[in-house]
Amino acid sequence: MNAAGQLDATFAALADPTRRAILARLAAGEASVTELARPFAMSQPGISKHLKVLENAGLISSGREAQRRPRRLIAKPLGDASAWLEEFRRFWEQSFQRLDSLLEEMKAQEKTKARRRKKGKPR
Amino acid sequence: MKNTGTLQVTMPTDTEIVLTRVFDAPRQMVYDAFSKPELLKRWFGPHGWSLVTCEVDHRVGGGFRFVLEGPNGQRMGMRGVYRELQPPTRSVHVESYDEYPGESIVTSVLTEEIERTTLTVTIAYPSREVRDMVAGSGMEHGAAESYDRLAELLTAEKVTA
Repeated sequence: MNAAGQLDATFAALADPTRRAILARLAAGEASVTELARPFAMSQPGISKHLKVLENAGLISSGREAQRRPRRLIAKPLGDASAWLEEFRRFWEQSFQRLDSLLEEMKAQEKTKARRRKKGKPR
Repeated sequence: MKNTGTLQVTMPTDTEIVLTRVFDAPRQMVYDAFSKPELLKRWFGPHGWSLVTCEVDHRVGGGFRFVLEGPNGQRMGMRGVYRELQPPTRSVHVESYDEYPGESIVTSVLTEEIERTTLTVTIAYPSREVRDMVAGSGMEHGAAESYDRLAELLTAEKVTA
C-alpha cells in the first residue's frame, strides 16, 4: 500500500467506535478474540469482522499460538495517522500565531496614522 | 507574540472540518490579512516556511496560487478559485493541493465583537472518505467526544510504540 492509501485505510478503520475501542484495548497489550469480545455486547463473529477490517488495514496482527491467536497492535500506521492530524493542526496553529503578530503590528500602524491625521492639518 | 485564541478543530458532519479562531483585531484587518498577498506572505505557513509564490486575483471567478517552501527546501503548492466574496464578512472558495487528489470548498466567516474577530473556516470535502483521508477519523456522532477518544487512543498508542 502507498502512503496515501495506507492513511486512507487507517482512517477508514478508525471510523468505527468499536474498532477504536479494540485498538485502545490492544494498546494496553495483546488479547485473544474472546478477551476482546468480552466488553462489547457483540457476538464473536461480529468482533471477528471488525478484527478483519483492522487486520486488512495493517493496524493489527494475529499471533501464531494455535488456539488463542492473540491480536497485537501494529504501531506505525496509527503513528503516521496521528502525525498527519498533528501536522494539520500545527500548520494552522503556527500560521495563526504569526498572524496574531502581524495584526498587532497593523493595529500599531493604524494608531500612528490616526495620530498623524489628527496633528497634521491639510494645506 | 500575542496568542489571543486557541485553535478549535471540530468535525460536525461526515464531510466537514471546522476551524475556529479568535483574533484580537477588527474584522476588516483580518479579512485583509487573508486576501492581500503582501500580508499573506507575512503569516501564511508554519514556522520556518515561507510563501515563495503568492498570487491573488481577488474577485469572484478569480483565484489564488500559493507555493510554500519549507526549511529543507521542500515545496507545497495549492490553488483556489473564488466563488463568493463579501468583504469583510464572508468568502467561499474551491481549493486543491498539488500533492493530493480532490477539491474542497472552503467557507470563511468573520464576525466582529468589541474589536475582536472570530474566524470560522468550514472545509467541506466531496466525500467522507476524502475528508477522513485529509484530516481525521470518521466522526459519526458527537464530533468532540469522538475526537477526544481518538486523541486518547492515539496517545495510548504512542506510549506503547
